[in-house]
Amino acid sequence: MLAPYTMGIRSESIPLTAAPAPKLSTRPINAGDRLFRRVLMGLSAVVVAILGLIAVYLTKLAWPAIQAFGITFFTRTEWDPVKEHFGAGAFIFGTLVSSFLALAMAIPLSIAVALFLTELAPKRVAALVGFMVEMLAAIPSVVYGLWGIFFLAPLLRTYVEPFLGGHFGWFFLFEGAPYGIGMLAAALILSIMVTPTITAICREVFRAVPETQREAALGLGATKWEMIRLAVVKSSWSGVFGAGILGLGRALGETMAVTMLIGNRNEISASLFAPGQTMASVIANEYAEAGSNMHVAALAYVGLALFLVSFAVNLVARRIVKRLQFSGGAK
Amino acid sequence: MTTQDLYAKLDFRRTVVNRLMLGLLGLASLVAILPLLFVLYYVIHRGLAGLHLSFFTALPKPVGEAGGGLGNAVLGTLILVTMGSAVGVPIGIASGVFLSEFKRSRFANTVRSSVELLAGVPSIILGIFAYALLVVPMHGFSALAGALALAIILIPTVAKTTEEVLKLVPDHIREAGLALGLPRWKVVLRIVVYGSRSGILTGVMLGVARISGESAPLLFTALNSQYWPRGIFSPISSLPVQIYTYAISPFDDWTQLAWTGSMVLVAVVLIANLSMRAILGGKKA
Repeated sequence: MLAPYTMGIRSESIPLTAAPAPKLSTRPINAGDRLFRRVLMGLSAVVVAILGLIAVYLTKLAWPAIQAFGITFFTRTEWDPVKEHFGAGAFIFGTLVSSFLALAMAIPLSIAVALFLTELAPKRVAALVGFMVEMLAAIPSVVYGLWGIFFLAPLLRTYVEPFLGGHFGWFFLFEGAPYGIGMLAAALILSIMVTPTITAICREVFRAVPETQREAALGLGATKWEMIRLAVVKSSWSGVFGAGILGLGRALGETMAVTMLIGNRNEISASLFAPGQTMASVIANEYAEAGSNMHVAALAYVGLALFLVSFAVNLVARRIVKRLQFSGGAK
Repeated sequence: MTTQDLYAKLDFRRTVVNRLMLGLLGLASLVAILPLLFVLYYVIHRGLAGLHLSFFTALPKPVGEAGGGLGNAVLGTLILVTMGSAVGVPIGIASGVFLSEFKRSRFANTVRSSVELLAGVPSIILGIFAYALLVVPMHGFSALAGALALAIILIPTVAKTTEEVLKLVPDHIREAGLALGLPRWKVVLRIVVYGSRSGILTGVMLGVARISGESAPLLFTALNSQYWPRGIFSPISSLPVQIYTYAISPFDDWTQLAWTGSMVLVAVVLIANLSMRAILGGKKA
């Protein structure tokens, strides 16, 4: 006879191997369903494939430049198509400055608009203003560029830049002659264009704040503004951060309006009045007329870098925003 | 000073701050929509002056000659957008249906992230992609390459709106169809998709309106042309690229054409967005 000790183990181990749970399958059993599913999957796979192919083809096109310049491509600022010396430093500088300047203006504005829409405005006003802000995203980039050339740039040249230069000219950001067209104009138009994106996410984030939290603040005697500050904004910072990163993703790749307003000079200048160049704008400007293979390769290299950066930025932003949707609870 | 006075003073300060900050929020909203009003005003004000029938029917005239139109660009945009939609819309709708109706499959997560990431890829990068894929092997700029770039931009827009619209269909409707013994594909196509056709259609319209305003991916794929379209294997003119070219030109006749072209583009976008509002009503996904 076996000892009770071993028997105990035996009797416990039996139910573990017996009666395996039936596997639930999402696989269709009907032939038509199987075909339907395959067709949908096949067409959806195209989307996945495109993303991979973009990386492959961009790398292939940029390969001569990658071999010739390597990683120092991004630190060198010389861009000379005639001598075939290429470095993207000036464009990276231009992209970073214009994008962050645009965000510095657009983020506070978008937070305020989103708060107005979720906390203050009566339903009808909120619907109208919300629709108008959304429409800002629908206007084609080239129309913003045209408007910028004929309205924004002259406005900057005749009023804003002389004023800033006259009062703060001692500060390096506001040095130099007022051209109108330049980094400041590009950043302004960019901030208009990313405002709808950031506002939309902020609205969702603020809406996700539980109503009880607002009532708690008001119940303690807070004014409406104190309630907004303590109950709504304070608990939403990470969501607002995600919205900002999503806006950054849009700003980095925005092309036409920036190309038309930034002045297109391949140099680094500290002053916001000076013309510059971004990664996207140099591609838009030079690609069609690129004479040599190396010039095309260098521009494709800039494009590859822009692709990878905006890919990474979007990935991070989606992560942040998605996490909030899971933890933030229902609206 | 009594405690009561102290409180009154504090309350006064809080009330003032409250009013001030709430006012600022309203002001910010005004500032945010101001550019839209300015752009619309300028586009209509400057664009109307050049709006004649000849804008849609005539070719651009050489510098110095008055008149002329952007007929070739309008037609070119129509061709590019039609070709792009022919490729982009089916793929977009199929991905959207897949994401909504087969969301439990593991592949759906991959597709969903791909759609979102593709939507975030700058449009000019898609231009380089179309250039590498079609312009390089075919040794020349072509309408086909431009249409491909537009199709890729269209796919994520259509896929996302389709998914959102189909998500609004409650599950019990699907279950009712399945309980009647219908195969799943019939439930999806004849009940779910058919019932949401107006929503899907507006999503398509929004996407199409968006790609008709895209210029960056066309600059070095479809390029530009001063002539009427000459087939899908040659360069073709398009409204956005023509606006860009004329906007940075120093001639008044040309900038006039750019403004009128912008007005046409903005009108298309506005109509698409307003009809989406009208059709979807308040339940915007």
